Amino acid sequence: MNQEQILYLIEGAWGTLLLSVLTFAFSAMLGLAIALMRVSDNRIVRAGAFGYINIIQGTPLLVIMGICFYGPSILGFSATSALFAAVLALTIHAAAFLGEIWRGCIESVPRNQWEAAECLGLNRLQRMFQVILPQALRIATPPTVGFMVQIVKNTSFASLVIGFAELSYNAKILNNSTFKPFLYFGAAAVLYFIICYPLSWLSLKLERKLTLARS
Amino acid sequence: MTEVVRLDNVHKWFGDNHVLKGVDLSVRKGEIVAIIGQSGSGKSTVLRCMDHLETINEGRITVCGLTFGKNIARKDLKRLRRDVGIVFQSYNLFPHLTVEQNITLAPRSVRKLTKPKAKDIAADVLAQVGLNDKIAFYPEQLSGGQQQRVAIARSLAMDPKLMLFDEVTSALDPQLTGEVLRVIEKLAAGGMTMVLVTHEMGFAMKLAHRVIFMHEGRIHEQGDAGILRNPDTPELKQFVSNGL
Repeated sequence: MNQEQILYLIEGAWGTLLLSVLTFAFSAMLGLAIALMRVSDNRIVRAGAFGYINIIQGTPLLVIMGICFYGPSILGFSATSALFAAVLALTIHAAAFLGEIWRGCIESVPRNQWEAAECLGLNRLQRMFQVILPQALRIATPPTVGFMVQIVKNTSFASLVIGFAELSYNAKILNNSTFKPFLYFGAAAVLYFIICYPLSWLSLKLERKLTLARS
Repeated sequence: MTEVVRLDNVHKWFGDNHVLKGVDLSVRKGEIVAIIGQSGSGKSTVLRCMDHLETINEGRITVCGLTFGKNIARKDLKRLRRDVGIVFQSYNLFPHLTVEQNITLAPRSVRKLTKPKAKDIAADVLAQVGLNDKIAFYPEQLSGGQQQRVAIARSLAMDPKLMLFDEVTSALDPQLTGEVLRVIEKLAAGGMTMVLVTHEMGFAMKLAHRVIFMHEGRIHEQGDAGILRNPDTPELKQFVSNGL
């Protein structure tokens, strides 16, 4: 591999990183909203979130990508940027999974905690944000970071429909012109690992920090 | 003497299970009432209904001047939760907060007190339960008895008019039980109106103005603490002898 090719792969890795960070930021917000809707007192709100989760989880990411890229032009908007469409699709997809993960974590906080908070006079919002979510956060750390790794890998779909220049796409381009798949995809795998490993390390560190009080 | 709690013909079903079969109860201000009975007799349910933790199917409940049945007005529920303090068998302290934060949470969030004022109250109630030195500890670092005392302090911080205790020593060994009972005695001496669901017969005899024996969803026998020494009904006789 010459220097130009290495740089090209690193450019791709940058694209992957950019997509991952943006997706995680937006899907975290949307995912939290979905999770809170799933545990709402209101039946309609609950059903809405449930519907969203089931529809999105059942739809291939590729299809969602296609809809996000070509959809806006059908509605009359001019050409969507590849980055915007990719982040939108990845966000919609990830939020459905994160919402379910986080709903499970909220519900695994013991019922007693809800009761104790209720009996002290805290309203529903206060109970959720001051008592339940801080505890749910600890429980949520391992599965959430596990899913972040999924998000990083899912970014590779962005090139298939939208042509966004991310890592696996750039690796494929290099391979197409040189036919050395093990070299380029191997290098891409190393770069993916370099992106994902800190996430796992961060997860372990966060888990230890958040459970410090317990020891 | 003002009435703090009144239950009128309260019925409750859990599905098909008729748990409370027409309970009439009254607690006056400053009175200490112990409710005893077997598991399933409905005693915890009666207590929980007083704080609207369980909703009744029939009848009326009046607590601290607020009357409700199956439903309760939102404003009334807010007042109810402020005026009534309840302590649970499993303490239910918030594990992610220190003792001080556990206690100051409600005064700050519900009564909108400032942080310094809330901290003062925390120090005061912790002194009442004898745990000033544990103010910066996390619940995990405390023994069961200490956690329960913190739970009592947490309820006291909201300045309640009525304190409900739901089998608060059932999860504790005898030594830890003792330290919690001493705190409750102190509260009683201060004139707090209290309803305790308890298995501690000796404590009930010593402290309670009135003992209520529940059996199969009804108040089977009630009277002063003497009924535990000389039960009238055979069911209470059986219950007391089982306890000894």
